[in-house]
Amino acid sequence: MTLLAVDNLTVSFPTADGVVRAVRGLSFSVDSGKTLGVVGESGSGKSVSALTMLGLNPGADITGSARLNDRELLTMSDQELRKIRGAEIAMIFQDPLSSLHPHFRVGWQIAEAIRAHSSVSKRAAMSQVVELLRLVNIPQPERRVEAYPHELSGGMRQRVMIAMALALKPKLLIADEPTTALDATVQAQLMELLVDLQHEVGMAMIIITHDLGVIASVADEVLVMYAGRAAERADARTLFFMPHHPYTRGLLGSVPSATGVVGSRLLPIVGTPPSLIRLPSGCGFHPRCPFAMEMCIDEQPNLELIPAGPNHTSACWLPPDMTGVGIAMDTARQRYASTRRGARSAKLPGVVAAAEGAAVYA
Amino acid sequence: MPDPARDSDVLLRADGIVKHFPIKEGIFFKHQVGSVKAVDGVSLEVRRGETLGLVGETGCGKSTLARCILRLFPLTSGRLTFDGADLSRLSRSQMRPYRRGMQMIFQDPYGSLNPRRRVGSIIGDPLAIHHIAQGAERRKQVQALMEVVGLNPEHYNRFPAEFSGGQRQRIGVARALALRPKLIVCDEPVSALDVSIQAQVINLLEDLQGEFGLTYVFIAHDLAVVQHVSDRVAVMYLGKMVEVAEVKDLYNTPRHPYTNALLSASVVADPDKARSRDRIILSGDVPSPINPPSGCRFRTRCPKAQALCATEEPMLKSGAGDSPSHVTACHFPVADGEKLASEKDTILHAVEGFLAEAPT
Repeated sequence: MTLLAVDNLTVSFPTADGVVRAVRGLSFSVDSGKTLGVVGESGSGKSVSALTMLGLNPGADITGSARLNDRELLTMSDQELRKIRGAEIAMIFQDPLSSLHPHFRVGWQIAEAIRAHSSVSKRAAMSQVVELLRLVNIPQPERRVEAYPHELSGGMRQRVMIAMALALKPKLLIADEPTTALDATVQAQLMELLVDLQHEVGMAMIIITHDLGVIASVADEVLVMYAGRAAERADARTLFFMPHHPYTRGLLGSVPSATGVVGSRLLPIVGTPPSLIRLPSGCGFHPRCPFAMEMCIDEQPNLELIPAGPNHTSACWLPPDMTGVGIAMDTARQRYASTRRGARSAKLPGVVAAAEGAAVYA
Repeated sequence: MPDPARDSDVLLRADGIVKHFPIKEGIFFKHQVGSVKAVDGVSLEVRRGETLGLVGETGCGKSTLARCILRLFPLTSGRLTFDGADLSRLSRSQMRPYRRGMQMIFQDPYGSLNPRRRVGSIIGDPLAIHHIAQGAERRKQVQALMEVVGLNPEHYNRFPAEFSGGQRQRIGVARALALRPKLIVCDEPVSALDVSIQAQVINLLEDLQGEFGLTYVFIAHDLAVVQHVSDRVAVMYLGKMVEVAEVKDLYNTPRHPYTNALLSASVVADPDKARSRDRIILSGDVPSPINPPSGCRFRTRCPKAQALCATEEPMLKSGAGDSPSHVTACHFPVADGEKLASEKDTILHAVEGFLAEAPT
């Protein structure tokens, strides 16, 4: 069942330098109980779209629609939104230290969230808080409710954030880079915890991250974003094994373990993400794309069905049957090798960058 | 394969390196009340031309060890030999000639470049400090360096703020290369960068290693990156070295329970592998390095800990059947195919409790 349906969402911010077009015509949906992973580089519009749904982007020009259980979120009054935030959609942010108030005890902060939405006594709220802290595996929760945020480690703070997000048993949990600032071991603890809690509580999750490893371990469906648009959407296995969009392939080629053979060279995407004020014409990815054709410069592709998997869609002009990591990798590798040698001997300006650029994406 | 016994192959040797930071109390008369035992007796050798990966959780002392190796502060005790010279007791000015041979690349490309200085003068600094080149000659050398790392030499007069994160990291690399060092310590060089940019910088570092015959000590918390770049990997826990091995030995047959846990916790970008394997989830956080546990420091979180672990500290030694270069500091190393206990059941138990008790 569809819990959240986002349709043709556009978010732009007017600035002195021009209009920053952060999200451009984004559509996706999340089913209840499922996990959607959203991947992309910095500035691809991942976080902005999540914040917009919660009405946390004041000053932005927003069009399109975002419906939670058939209620439109984007046109809701602040008062109505306040009832939704926390109770129905909860959010976990990347940096728990700046999301927790440094002056208040963590127990009080979680209790505040509970008391804002239901009329329970302070004492009852506090006993719920202790239970919540126990749930997220904080040792000695009776004592930790009295702790200030600075007294806790990074992993513990993020657990407090998770406890706060779960306090009202939301239907949808949006986790924006929940484990990026944490160690691998703590990251594993927290991802495991989130997945277990999700199964038990039955909530849907949107996990926003740039870490493909996190996506691989938790996401049911994956949305790849580039320059404010959806580049590709598929279930996790299809996306990792039969990707269609060159950007997805580029991301996979940039991660050491996903290139297959350990010790082989990484195949990065050349260049940097475009400025959201001056976007390239046509497909936003064409200046960095190894397969760019004439039409990519002229015309913007929309998400089209790809036969490689169920509900697999990709916004790319390449033929729909051209999927898979392998083909692209081999061609890119050959081109890379040949161009690289040339550039080296010629000692052109910007050797390495140019070589990497021209090479992989000649 | 270099023979570890031959000294000429070893560029840097650390013997029992100890670095304690004093904790002081008192307003007028400060007295020492304890010490943070950041690095507590680490021995290590780095061979010429290799990349040694250094991994461990936050606070395990890997960055402190890196700074000890570069002698960025005095050692509490221990012996450090670099390229045949004993550096352990040299003063700042005595160290200076050796600094040319060892450089560092930092994690944060935003914090490690002075925002008010032009890129050309940042990269040219090492050349000026060591009186290698002045004026037009320095400019020429800096522009050559910029070219080597893939920056446009015409951007000599720009400020760091005009560059993207990946380009700034290239500036840091160019600065480290300026003196043609033998050893470069890379402290989390790619963790602040986007995935696609990470790969560009890793490739650059690999190319430069081949071209200039560099030796790297590569610190990172991303185990996939470490596996990709390293020849050998050293694992640290709470100021101690717990396991050192060739990269394939370490990743295929990790012997120390901590290494096992670390590897099982690292996420892999492959949905099948990521979901199918058993994770060993360590409980709790790393203990305080002010009062580390007795005996083996990992015992408080170790699923295999026994009484012996609390009384006797394990030494780094090679296990039966392992290659001599694969050493582990553990009384009860993990055998091939052995499964360590997971903590998952306790989490599920807690969730059930929550659902039963919480009012809806």
